[in-house]
Amino acid sequence: MLRRNFLLGAAAAALAGRAAGAPDNHAKDAVRIGLSPVFLDDQLAFLTSWRVYLQEHLERPIQLVQRRSYREIIDLLLAQKLEFAWICGYPFVKNRSELQLVAVPLSSGRPTYHSYLVVPAADRETRSILDLRGRVFAFSDPDSNSGFLYPNYALLQFAERPDVFFSKTFFTWGHRNTVEAIAAGLAHGGAVDSYVWDTLKLLRPQLTAQTRVAAISPAFGHTPFVARRDIVRGEWAALQQVLIGMRESRDGTMLLSKLNLDGFVPGSDALYEGIARMALAVRGIPLNAPAT
Amino acid sequence: MLRLRDLSFRYKIPLRGIVLALITAILVTTALLKQEYDDLRQDLITTSGHLARVLANTLVTPLVHDDVWRAFEIINSPFAAGSRENSPQTAELIMILDANRRVYLATDPKQYPMLSDPGRGNLDFYELWQAVEQLREFETRVVELPGSAKLYVVTPIVADGIGLGTLVIEYSKSAFLPRFFGIAKGAALAMLAALAILLPASWYWAQRFARPLTELATTMGRIGATIPDATEVKLYESRDEIGQLGAAFKAMLMGLRHKEALEKEVVYSERLAAIGRLSAGIAHEINNPLGGMLNAISTYRRHGSEDPLVGTTLSLLERGLMQIKDTVAALLVEAKVESHPLTRQDIEDTHTLVAPDGHRKSARFTWDNDVVETLPLPSTLVRQVLINLMLNAVQAIEPGGHVACHVYRDSSALHVVVSNNGSHILPERMDHLFEPFAPGRDAGHGLGLWVTYQIVSQLGGEISVDSAPDETRFAVVLPMPEQAA
Repeated sequence: MLRRNFLLGAAAAALAGRAAGAPDNHAKDAVRIGLSPVFLDDQLAFLTSWRVYLQEHLERPIQLVQRRSYREIIDLLLAQKLEFAWICGYPFVKNRSELQLVAVPLSSGRPTYHSYLVVPAADRETRSILDLRGRVFAFSDPDSNSGFLYPNYALLQFAERPDVFFSKTFFTWGHRNTVEAIAAGLAHGGAVDSYVWDTLKLLRPQLTAQTRVAAISPAFGHTPFVARRDIVRGEWAALQQVLIGMRESRDGTMLLSKLNLDGFVPGSDALYEGIARMALAVRGIPLNAPAT
Repeated sequence: MLRLRDLSFRYKIPLRGIVLALITAILVTTALLKQEYDDLRQDLITTSGHLARVLANTLVTPLVHDDVWRAFEIINSPFAAGSRENSPQTAELIMILDANRRVYLATDPKQYPMLSDPGRGNLDFYELWQAVEQLREFETRVVELPGSAKLYVVTPIVADGIGLGTLVIEYSKSAFLPRFFGIAKGAALAMLAALAILLPASWYWAQRFARPLTELATTMGRIGATIPDATEVKLYESRDEIGQLGAAFKAMLMGLRHKEALEKEVVYSERLAAIGRLSAGIAHEINNPLGGMLNAISTYRRHGSEDPLVGTTLSLLERGLMQIKDTVAALLVEAKVESHPLTRQDIEDTHTLVAPDGHRKSARFTWDNDVVETLPLPSTLVRQVLINLMLNAVQAIEPGGHVACHVYRDSSALHVVVSNNGSHILPERMDHLFEPFAPGRDAGHGLGLWVTYQIVSQLGGEISVDSAPDETRFAVVLPMPEQAA
C-alpha cells in the first residue's frame, strides 16, 4: 500500500510539473482549477478524462492544478493564479469574502458529509475521541474541516487542547494518508473525511479493513467547488452548469461513479454555517499546527 | 548381518569414491558459502551505508519541521521502490530515534510505537547503544551484535552540527539464507553431475581392481578337493601387487601339484616294494620244498624202478614243478646274480635277440646305441631290462609300427629309452602298470614289467613312463656304482 501511494505521489508530482505545474498565465483563456486532497486526487487516469470532459463541455482549455496541502491551493487562488478550486468548507468559510460558491457534491444523495474518528481495527474499545488521551493522533490538514477543525472543536467541548490531550499529533496532508497512518499503526487515531473513507472502502477495502470508524460527527456542508469573487457570473455559472450537468450525460455519470459521487448541486452558503460556528469557536486557540 | 568390511571391493571402492566426492563437495560448498557470506556482508555494508547517509540527509528537513508523515514516507521509500521481497539487501526495519533515543518513527510502528523505548521492542538496542556510544558526527557504523540474527546500520542525523536523532536500519541475516540455499542447491546439482560421471568411472575401476582379486579368491577357495590348474587363474601380467600376487599364487599351485605327484609316486613305489617283499618271501618259502621235491624225483629216477607208468607220472610232476620254479624264479628277481660288466656288445645282442619278434610284426626299428666302453653294471640284468622293454614295445605296436631304442650314458648313469607308436596306456591301467598279474592286460601274465621294475629298483635306478596316443615311452635311469663313476 505504501508503495502504490509513493508511486502515484511521484507520478502526480511529475504530472503537476508537466501539465499543470505552475499555473500558466500565458495560456490564454485557460480555466485553471485547483484540486486539493478533499477527494482521492491520485487517480491520474481519471483526472485526465475528467479534464477532457470539462474542456469539451466548457469549450475552453482546462488546467487542473494539484498541490500537497489545502493552504497552497488557497494561496494560489487568492493570488489570482487559479480561477476555481475544489476545497474544504473550512478554508471556504475563513476566506468567504474572497470566494463564492459554485457547486456542492452529493454523497448518498446529500450535499453533506461527516468527520469520522478512525482508529486501528484492533482497537475495539475507543468510542469517542476522549478515549484517545495520551495517544498519537493524525490530522489530515490544518485547513481541513473534517480532518482538523472538527476534532479540535470536539475536544474544545470538553475543554481539552490537542497538544496537551494527545502525546503526539501530526499532519498527513491527506485523508487517505491518515487512513494509511492508522492502518500502519503509526497513529492510534485520526480524523478523516467520511466521503474519502467511504470511497476508499470501495476502492481499497483491504486498507479500510485495517481501520475502524469509532465515531461519526454531525453532518457538514460537503467540500465545495468555489470561484474567486472577481470571476464574472457568466464564467462560474458556465462551470456550474457543466458540473451539475454531469449526471445528465453518460460520460459524466461514469466520471461521477469514479468519484463515488451522485452529482453536483448549486448548494447554498447556509450549508457551511456549522463549520463557520466551529471556526469561530476555535479561533484564538493555539492549535498545534506544526510549521510547514 | 552384512558389515561394511565384509562388502566386496566391487562395492567398497565406488562407495569410497562417492564418500570422497561428497566430502570434497561439502568442503568446497562450505568455502563458497563462507565467501558468499563475506561478500554479502560487504555489499550490505556498502549499500546500506550509502542508503543510511542519503536517508539521514533527506530526513533533516522533516525532522526540523516535525513533519512526521513526510518522514514516514521517506523511511518507507526503500521498501516502496522495490518490494518487500526477501532480498538480503532489503532492510527489515528503518527507525528514527530522537535525541533522547526514543522512537520518533519506525517503519513498523506497531512494534515500535512513537515515543517508546526501542529496547522494549527489541533487547538488541541496549547492546546497540553500548556499541555506538562514541558515534561521531556523520559516521555510519555497522553493528553486528554477537548472538543476534540482525545487522544494524546506525547513522546520526545531524543538521548544522546539531544532532537531531539517530537513524537505525536493521537487516536480517536470515535474509542471506535463500541465497545460501541457492548456492547449496547449485552445489548439490554440480555434485550430482559429478557423481553421474564418477559413479560409472569408479564402478569400472572397481571392477577392474576387484576382478583379479575375486578370481584369486574363487580359485583359492577351490583348493582342497582339487588343485586348480595354473592356467585357470586369469590374472593380467604386471608388476604391481596384484601381478605379484598372481605370480606367487601360480607358483604355489605348481608347488602343490609337484608335491601331490611326489606323494603319489612315493605311495606307488612303497606299494610295489611291499609286493616285492611279499612275493620274494613266498618265492623263498616255495623254493625250499620245491627244491626238495625235484631232488626226490631225480633220486627216484636214478635208483627207483623202471615202471613206465611211474616214469610218466614223475615226468608230469617234474614239468609242473619246473613251471612253478620258473614262475617263482621270475617273481624272485635276484639282483645279486654274478655277471660280467656291461659291454657294448651285450647291448647289441639284445637287438639281435628281439629282431625275430620284430620281423613277425614288420616293425620298423630305430636302434641307437651310444655306449662304447664297458660299464660297471651287471650285464645280465641290464640285458633283461632291455629285452623286456623292447618285447613289450613290439607287442604294443600295430603291424608295421615303429619301435625306437636309445641307450646312452652320461657322467653318472646309463639311460635306456624305449618308445613305440602303438596303442597308448590308459590312465586307469597306468596306476597298476608295474604290478604283477595286474588286471586289464590283453596278453601275458604281466611279469615282464614287474621284473623290470624290480631290477631297476634293486640297481637303485628309476623307471618312468609317458604315454600319449601316438607315443608311449619308457625311460630307465641306472646309476653307475660309486667306485666306477
